Amino acid sequence: MATTPPVIPPLAPNATFLDTNELIINMGPQHPSTHGVLRVILKLDGERILGTECVIGYLHRGVEKIAENRTYTQFAPYVDRMDYVAAVSNGLGYCETIEKLLNVEAPPRARFVRTILTELNRISSHLLWLGTHAIDLGAITPLFYCFREREEILKIFENYCGARLTTHAFRIGGLQYETYDGFDQQVRAFCNQFMEKIAEYETLLTGNRIWLERTKGVGILTAAEAIDFSVTGPLLRASGVKFDLRKAQPYAAYSEVDFDIPVGENGDTFDRYVVRMEEMRQSIRIARQCLDKLPEGPVMAKVPKIMKPPVGEVYHAIEAPKGELGYHVVSDGSTQPYRIRVRPPSLINLQALDRMVRGLLVADVVAVIGTIDIVLGEVDR
Amino acid sequence: MEPSLLKQLVESAGAITDGFKLTLRTMLRPTVTEDYPDEAPHFTERYRGLHVLQRDEQGLEKCVGCFLCSAACPANCIYIEAADNTAERRISAGERYAEVYNIDYNRCIFCGYCVEACPTDAITHGHGFELATYNITDLIYRKEQLLANPPAADNSSQ
Repeated sequence: MATTPPVIPPLAPNATFLDTNELIINMGPQHPSTHGVLRVILKLDGERILGTECVIGYLHRGVEKIAENRTYTQFAPYVDRMDYVAAVSNGLGYCETIEKLLNVEAPPRARFVRTILTELNRISSHLLWLGTHAIDLGAITPLFYCFREREEILKIFENYCGARLTTHAFRIGGLQYETYDGFDQQVRAFCNQFMEKIAEYETLLTGNRIWLERTKGVGILTAAEAIDFSVTGPLLRASGVKFDLRKAQPYAAYSEVDFDIPVGENGDTFDRYVVRMEEMRQSIRIARQCLDKLPEGPVMAKVPKIMKPPVGEVYHAIEAPKGELGYHVVSDGSTQPYRIRVRPPSLINLQALDRMVRGLLVADVVAVIGTIDIVLGEVDR
Repeated sequence: MEPSLLKQLVESAGAITDGFKLTLRTMLRPTVTEDYPDEAPHFTERYRGLHVLQRDEQGLEKCVGCFLCSAACPANCIYIEAADNTAERRISAGERYAEVYNIDYNRCIFCGYCVEACPTDAITHGHGFELATYNITDLIYRKEQLLANPPAADNSSQ
């Protein structure tokens, strides 16, 4: 019996026997450098990326749905669980949104303390980003140094509100706690020693040949593309767009402090690194100014015990460490929100991944995921 | 223009030397790590750990079974059954007391709302945190596990 010979597709005119077939592989959800449970389907030609597809939802907990069954106050601790490395920023965004809805304003002292803690949180988020990004690219040492300084910030949080990670530091209408004894000294001591620590990280990375080769020219996002993808935060600024919600729509006490917005030029991974390092310096500057100007007075505005905001909706966004974090709250006049929609910076920044990695090598995907600085708790919510 | 190979080599060598110098210097600095579990962890005063149900000076329970903590709880993890105090059997100083007081640590998110809600300061956050277990039903803590020691026996109410 004659068997039919296998059909060999004819070679493309300019192909050789060395050409490879398209290969589709999974990266994640258990891959350590996808920063959690992100699954990326890679379409490869050898080592080159032809395209990617992100599969998300492995950490979905339905935070927005939970909000519909909680009172406005009760939902506040849940927002800490979205971007869990920047819980304070999440809390600030939520509390300010509900304050806008209720038409109350936090007292000046509360606004300044909020600014200090949020800036410290920005540093701790960036430190975690720097450590993990460096370890993704093969530099192990910065992780230990970053965590050493992050610990100091977490100690301040623990002293202030009793928790290190899921802080729940702010309340609707102000703050639950007055600052503790020695808050001023502890934050100042941290600010003073942190400046030289940033210089240490830069000693390890900025001049390092391997770091430069792995980051320069990798994952380029032009300014126009960044705007098209509605990317925000350090990603947008590294592409050369000078946009920061702290300046554009000042909230908390940002209108009363002086700081610069660092901007990159090339929009590559290295520029994003430089921008974030400079942001940490600016955060220290803001924290110091806030400590100098910290007014006396109450920390809690008059808010009703049982909150019944008027019917209506409100959108309020803040500059979280990762970008624009917005809350859209719809009230039907009852004690529970009708709907809360969160605009998570990580999810929207992640959309630019495909654009940034096309044509690069598999190892660069790790670099680009690291540089976007995603937290899967926020991507999936 | 690309810098010459020699220049690149010198720059790279310089950067690596600086990096190693920093590493060596750091090795000589005092360590900052804590020796948990060999050494007790350090907690701050406001730390939100496992709950403690407090007693008053007479050793009576402070909880009066008012259900405010249960109502404030976002995770709905507090279960209370209240009963009346009688002349023979006085458990709390108030009119009522908590016959059953369970906290489900599978659900608790340590937000501190119960502590804020309590009118008699009966429920507080202690500094306990080691609640890992092989059996999730063990994570439902009964009143007996949560209560502070009576003042006579031991005064160290965590």
